[in-house]
Amino acid sequence: MSNTDTTIYRKIIKDGLWHNNPGLVQLLGLCPLMAVTTNFINGFGLGIATLVALVASNVAIAIVRHWIRPEIRIPVFVLIIAANVTLIELLMNAYFHELYNVLGLFIALIVTNCIVIGRAEIFASKNTPLHTLLDSTMMGLGFMLVLCVLGGLRELIAQGTLFSQAHLMFGESAKALTLTLGANYHGMLLAALPPGAFIGLGFLVALKNGIDTYLKQRSKTTPLKTAPLTTGEVA
Amino acid sequence: MNPNYTVAQVMQLVLLALIPGIALMLWFFGWGVLTNLLIACLLAVALESLLLYLRKRPIKPFLSDYSAVLTACLLALALPPYAPWWVIAVGIVMAIIIAKHLYGGLGYNAFNPAMVGYAALLVSFPLEMTVWPVASGGFGVLDFHSTLLQVFGSGFSGWDAYTHATALDSMKTGLSLHQTPSQLLQTQSMGLLGGQGWEWINLAYLIGGGWLLYKRIITWHIPVAMLLGLSLFASLFWLYSPDNYPTPIFHLFSGATMLGAFFIATDPVTASTTPVGKLVFGFSIGALLYIIRTWGGYPDAVAFAVIVMNMAVPLLDTYTQPRIYGQRRGL
Repeated sequence: MSNTDTTIYRKIIKDGLWHNNPGLVQLLGLCPLMAVTTNFINGFGLGIATLVALVASNVAIAIVRHWIRPEIRIPVFVLIIAANVTLIELLMNAYFHELYNVLGLFIALIVTNCIVIGRAEIFASKNTPLHTLLDSTMMGLGFMLVLCVLGGLRELIAQGTLFSQAHLMFGESAKALTLTLGANYHGMLLAALPPGAFIGLGFLVALKNGIDTYLKQRSKTTPLKTAPLTTGEVA
Repeated sequence: MNPNYTVAQVMQLVLLALIPGIALMLWFFGWGVLTNLLIACLLAVALESLLLYLRKRPIKPFLSDYSAVLTACLLALALPPYAPWWVIAVGIVMAIIIAKHLYGGLGYNAFNPAMVGYAALLVSFPLEMTVWPVASGGFGVLDFHSTLLQVFGSGFSGWDAYTHATALDSMKTGLSLHQTPSQLLQTQSMGLLGGQGWEWINLAYLIGGGWLLYKRIITWHIPVAMLLGLSLFASLFWLYSPDNYPTPIFHLFSGATMLGAFFIATDPVTASTTPVGKLVFGFSIGALLYIIRTWGGYPDAVAFAVIVMNMAVPLLDTYTQPRIYGQRRGL
């Protein structure tokens, strides 16, 4: 593996998880992001479904990218994505039926999720399958991360619990996973309602931007401190 | 807003105009009104200073314009007396941090902060927000010690005995059980015109509002249009079927009608600013107030009506610009 390859991989990983995070920076796929994240497990479940759909369809698109004529690329992308999502939907219906019932329409709606078609158009149609595999995995993970954090936060504020419906995904034994914030906690229903999702996502975006600004300022000030020293020595 | 007054003077005069209403609420509900006001004001001032500090704004000039205190007072008066401290705290956080400072502070907030706080509380804690004490008069039902227990502690044990549904609530429930408004007005929670005690409180706010009009702090457009909108809809339905819809007088003197018309809807930041815009703004709030009260699921509707119309203000202001003399009629 050459040096340029590692920098490309590193850039793809950083972009997907942080600098170009689909949930916090591109603000794509907001509909499922807002609607489903009423608790951690819902967010996690939809995150995984989106991740699998993203990876499977984008790798498929990257493989056949040379044979797709640019004039009809969008319908072809949509066909490939829809086929993959249908597969995932059937699999979830078979193996995670209860979670499938909770997430309902939003699994089928992954077809129209802007992240999937967006990455197909921006990345998969122009890059090798290997790069696409990494890119879509990282984008999917980045999206899943936001879904989980937002879902966890909203669940914590609205119900005072965490991982409350874990048994939908991990079987009956996972019921023990549920954390409760104390019996005296009055749930704040607002967090479970749509406004709570908007306010919560707003705070997450603000937090991300705040961290970025802080890091930028720190990297700006550190070289300044060392700069006069070196110039002084040269002089 | 009258240009002869500074922001701080306007806020002070509005606070002064609230005094008759506050005094009557104290008489009817007791210490709980005072704890509401005190907790809300202290928290609001503290949060306002914190947010001004975080936003690197000068603290003293912004803090001494009394806008945070006014927001806190309006919210505290809208909350049920003897509300637990954490309910008030969540409301103030929503009002001062989210509705005011995240939008850019006083003058930039699109929504009325006090009403955002109230609406957030109403959807979040429906139980705590709908329990009103009986308007017994004689400075309320609880002594000071029990008040502290109720507000800061785990709750006063006999509290349920002192609470009842508000007039608007029992009117709605009664009507759904096929009782007539005139029957319902004989029941315990009703007074002469509106809810028991509420008619006097509304009257006090009406007087305070009239004084604000006299002082030219507010213009007549919004309150008059709002009361007109409410009475018009109420009269239409009452004339259509007096057995199913309460009188317009009941609507005017129940709940937060007068507080809303003179003190909340007239907020200079979030209300429409052109004369025609103000009329449309006020009238629509009155109409929405009637619609949400009659067919909605919440006990009172001032907060929702005001917030919905706040959203329409930019549009109203654009389309109702008065013509400048010598200019062509725009839009």
